[in-house]
Amino acid sequence: MTIKNPIYMDNHATTRTDPRVVEAMLPYFTEVFGNASSRNHLFGWQAEDAVESARAQIASAINADPKEIVFTSGATESNNLAIKGIAEMYAEKGNHIITCVTEHKAVIDPCKKLERMGYNVTWLPVQKNGLIDLGQLKEAFTDKTILVSIMHGNNEIGVIQPIAEIGKLCQERGVAFHTDATQTVGKIPVDVKEQSIHLLSFSGHKIYGPKGVGVLYVRRRKPRIRVTPLIDGGGHERGMRSGTLNVTGIVGLGKAVELCVAEMEEESVRLRGLRDYLRKKLFDNIPEIYENGDPEHKLPHSLNVSFSFVEGESLLMGINDVAVSSGSACTSASLEPSYVLKSLGVGDELAHSSIRFGLGRFNTKEEVDYVTDKLIAVVEKLRAMSPLYEMHQEGIDITKVEWAHH
Amino acid sequence: MAYSEKIIEHYNNPRNVGSFDKNQDNVGTGLVGAPECGDVMKLQIQVNEEGVITDAKFKTFGCGSAIASSSLATEWLKGKTLDEAAALKNTAIVEELNLPPIKIHCSVLAEDAIKAAIKDYAEKKGVEVPGSLTAHH
Repeated sequence: MTIKNPIYMDNHATTRTDPRVVEAMLPYFTEVFGNASSRNHLFGWQAEDAVESARAQIASAINADPKEIVFTSGATESNNLAIKGIAEMYAEKGNHIITCVTEHKAVIDPCKKLERMGYNVTWLPVQKNGLIDLGQLKEAFTDKTILVSIMHGNNEIGVIQPIAEIGKLCQERGVAFHTDATQTVGKIPVDVKEQSIHLLSFSGHKIYGPKGVGVLYVRRRKPRIRVTPLIDGGGHERGMRSGTLNVTGIVGLGKAVELCVAEMEEESVRLRGLRDYLRKKLFDNIPEIYENGDPEHKLPHSLNVSFSFVEGESLLMGINDVAVSSGSACTSASLEPSYVLKSLGVGDELAHSSIRFGLGRFNTKEEVDYVTDKLIAVVEKLRAMSPLYEMHQEGIDITKVEWAHH
Repeated sequence: MAYSEKIIEHYNNPRNVGSFDKNQDNVGTGLVGAPECGDVMKLQIQVNEEGVITDAKFKTFGCGSAIASSSLATEWLKGKTLDEAAALKNTAIVEELNLPPIKIHCSVLAEDAIKAAIKDYAEKKGVEVPGSLTAHH
């Protein structure tokens, strides 16, 4: 089998829209183009039917009721709606929120904004393996706590937080529990009832669906959760999210979820095999490399590795026909190395040296072989020109050297 | 980010990668940057009795632009007197490699590495540090 370049292995960032999803969407651009809110003609009814059938597909995928599904523009909006919406709705009940330092920016920044507005936020640290300590969570609750927001699967290191246990703790205390499940819905089982989830965010484009459409699940019973809307207007989505529904996107999201659920059992085994092969080949052939995040509690398609003594961006440059991402400052807009890796206690130097591999539906073993072979050669070449590697070989502990910071 | 052709060329074919024995008295070594910042450069010069740089070598931990900046620096140093070398400015590297604004620090680091290597040599030899170095910093 020949390999088609460039190779895409950055499936935590986004995924290719599955052609079957595109096919399902197409009629809704030109034929069934009605406004789902138009109640007095066929065009509207057909659009509404399509939306409701997608809603049912999505609800069944996470064991929810269709009425609990709110369509949004994506997971960032869903996270904002959940966090700010709860904060405002339950302001009289309390002003304390618990979240975690490795959350996606779409959770961190809304929480920071609330902090500036006077809310108290507890930022739970993570252990070296990237997981929160449930004991610390228990201690963080106060009688003013109104929300716990902890992600399901981490977007950088792929670790899976113990959300069923977190959900139980929240349920017992009558505190709303929100989880950003953008990296997990469609990839591993998610069950809002089993896992006692009250609010859950995800988006279409991480699961081979279109960009610009997402979901916030908002529980209606035991307990009934309410959120104050961010966007006011026509009262769509039971008043929680106004704006004409993105019918085409919603149809695509429904189809994407349906495919993911139907293929999950087989596909997760395939991806896990491919990921384990990638991991083994790297570790068998390159000394002084480290896996970031718990190797067991990890998404099956995810691997994050630090390659000591070589800088991430220069690594990526050496595999420039492969799309992966790095925790290196040089690859981020902020010029800071990954805050997620830093909060695991990974030193800055190793954070700069990290690569995130995100395997997906369209990756093959041949591609994994191509990428690993190339990486093995590039790491060797870059280490040969790395002063840190030279010092390491001379027996110098580079963490003990006094560097002249600039 | 798209790299300039010159950066890619230096990255693919870095010039003068390697090390001299830093204990030799005709060798000056500059080690600048920090691993936490994502770049460390080691630049070494070999100087003859006339004060002319006869050879230069580097090793760099850093992005492609940092590698290219130090590779280019070693090329430029060869054949220069210490005074000439001390007068090399990072802006010349920026221009030659078309470094984008976000990568200018790589050229600054290369300039610092050159200066550190000259200083190390001068101190080792007990000769006067070139004027442009003492004025700087």
